[in-house]
Amino acid sequence: MSARENILSRIRSANKVGEIRDAIGGAVEDRLTTHPASPLPDLTWNDTERFKQRCEDAASTLDEISQMDDVPEAVSRYLTENNLPTSLVCWPEFKKLLWSKSNVEAEIRSALGDDKVGVTGSYCAVAETGTLVLLSGQEHHATTSLLPETHIAVVRRNRIVKTMEEAWQLIRSEVGSLPRQVAFISGPSRTADIEMTLVYGAHGPFRVHVIIVDS
Amino acid sequence: MEITSQDFKAVSGAKLKDEKLQKALFQAKDGFVVSRAKVIKDLDNFETIRQAASDVRDHCLAHLDEYLEAWESQAKASGTVVHWAESYEELNALVVKIAQDNQVKKIIKSKSMVGEETGLNKYVEGHGIEVKETDLGEYIIQQAGEYPSHIIAPATHKSKEDVSDLFAEKHQRPRLEDAEKLTHEAREILRPHFLDADMGITGANFMIAETGSTVIVTNEGNGRMTTTMPRVHVAISSIEKCIPTLDDFALMMRLLPRSATGQVISNYVSMTTGPKREGDHDGPEEFHVIILDVGRTRVLGSELRDALRCIRCGACMNHCPVYQNVGGHAYGWVYPGPIGSVLTPAYNGIENAIDLPNAATLCNQCGVVCPVKIPLPDLMRKLREKQYEKDLKSKTEKWSIKLWAYLAVRPKLYSIVTRVMARAGKMLGGSSGQIKTMIFAAQEWTKHRDLPTPRGRTFRDIYVNNKKVNKR
Repeated sequence: MSARENILSRIRSANKVGEIRDAIGGAVEDRLTTHPASPLPDLTWNDTERFKQRCEDAASTLDEISQMDDVPEAVSRYLTENNLPTSLVCWPEFKKLLWSKSNVEAEIRSALGDDKVGVTGSYCAVAETGTLVLLSGQEHHATTSLLPETHIAVVRRNRIVKTMEEAWQLIRSEVGSLPRQVAFISGPSRTADIEMTLVYGAHGPFRVHVIIVDS
Repeated sequence: MEITSQDFKAVSGAKLKDEKLQKALFQAKDGFVVSRAKVIKDLDNFETIRQAASDVRDHCLAHLDEYLEAWESQAKASGTVVHWAESYEELNALVVKIAQDNQVKKIIKSKSMVGEETGLNKYVEGHGIEVKETDLGEYIIQQAGEYPSHIIAPATHKSKEDVSDLFAEKHQRPRLEDAEKLTHEAREILRPHFLDADMGITGANFMIAETGSTVIVTNEGNGRMTTTMPRVHVAISSIEKCIPTLDDFALMMRLLPRSATGQVISNYVSMTTGPKREGDHDGPEEFHVIILDVGRTRVLGSELRDALRCIRCGACMNHCPVYQNVGGHAYGWVYPGPIGSVLTPAYNGIENAIDLPNAATLCNQCGVVCPVKIPLPDLMRKLREKQYEKDLKSKTEKWSIKLWAYLAVRPKLYSIVTRVMARAGKMLGGSSGQIKTMIFAAQEWTKHRDLPTPRGRTFRDIYVNNKKVNKR
């Protein structure tokens, strides 16, 4: 018998099918198709306010703008204020924006090891934890939010959901099956592996800047 | 990994005298315990959520074969190659075969405790393939040639000075003294490896049956790099990591980061489902998952099965007064602290880790903080019973227990003996009220501390007397 068969059969005999299994109960098929909700904590906050608060708690910085066309200006402002380079790589969804008008040099491609700034959108964002949800895919280069020292993420206000459960619900209804990677990002990369001292920029970005767009 | 748990007493004695380690443990304790306490208050119904998580883990374990089959069929549908391994050798050999099939010369690795169990790095290096640990803590101990002392903070036993010396020597660069500079030097050194490694190895915090996905939870971003940059990705996991649905995962994520590092959520939660898709710009061309069963099914069929609910947060060790004093290395295997005191004998044979289940005061700090309500003190007590049944206890301990049992079933005799002992004890202590030295087995106690003397009356006497007083 194969390792697989041996392992599965050992599990069956360990659970002594019909005893422990029935005692604990619950149907597998049913759970997998209906994915019942678990108890939730109190969620009676304002979603945008909570999201902003949690982003700041996770050491991200924030900006709010009224329309997508203002993204280059907001990006330029952030980069200049923080003395960061104004050349960047971004996702194809920002191709049509007038970057050069804001004195930003934007390239539409995957980020490489030495790119300094990456601009991404986000599929949605989770208010409960201040988390960006990024799905991998043809239009969504994963390296853009990973390799550069600065990650700027654009979040549409109407895509801020309450919980991770709501994010899953959205993905199930809009996307169907999962893409190769679902990345939940909450603030800049960090570590405390040396004497519990918190340091940003362990392997991923040193800073995450979130721009919330109204429309 | 080779097990050295039989040296627990000797090693922990030395660890207690190690001033540097004591300082490091003190710092870690403060960080973990205080931040967890703060962040669980963020959930108004923490206990309800904790119970729900415990129930989900139980339900999944009771149907583990079905959930694993469901997971496998979803994973295969998304292009994942699924392997099963029944021994450490089998898992290690599978990894090397995948590497050789793909002409892999360099591997980057995101931390995996299963990999520590199987001694993966040593095995892979033995086949001429370079392996780079990328989690900062794991990188530090790999450079130092050591093994992790904590499941989520592997280098917690190292001081900043240790790391300064180590990096200066290994990197051949000027000695740095600042944690930030040291971290960034490691980033600089490791970045090229992320870019040119042929294969990435990660663990998996969870496998989601609903979607056939694996998940890794990290703060540094090395996990996302490892799953994204190389052309081959291998995730190694073990059967009990399976959970039913994405919603169940959301539930676990309210507990895991809070219990582990005192965070609301870890910075990077990366869920992987299959290899690179058509049109994707990044991601591996091949994605393999190896599912291990060493010891797990045995534990599933034993009275220790609750231990399999573990989601590896490390809260039990962070809160354990024994771990806080001796550190993780004293435990002599992969998992330290209370969960280690259960898993080490359960996976390696109870005769190979006699001291571990006894190295606990059964204070239940671990049971109280465990996010999936594993009754750790009960499990350690069960292991102690097993040791007694298997005749693994020392003669002194066995005779003491027999003597006590003899007295305990003879209430009158018990009452007389305790009365005599209470009075004798009081006399022995004299005016100081402390006994400085005792004889036989009891000398172990007074070797390191004095024993406060009994007050001269037994509990039973006081109880009977109080009852009389209350009646009046």
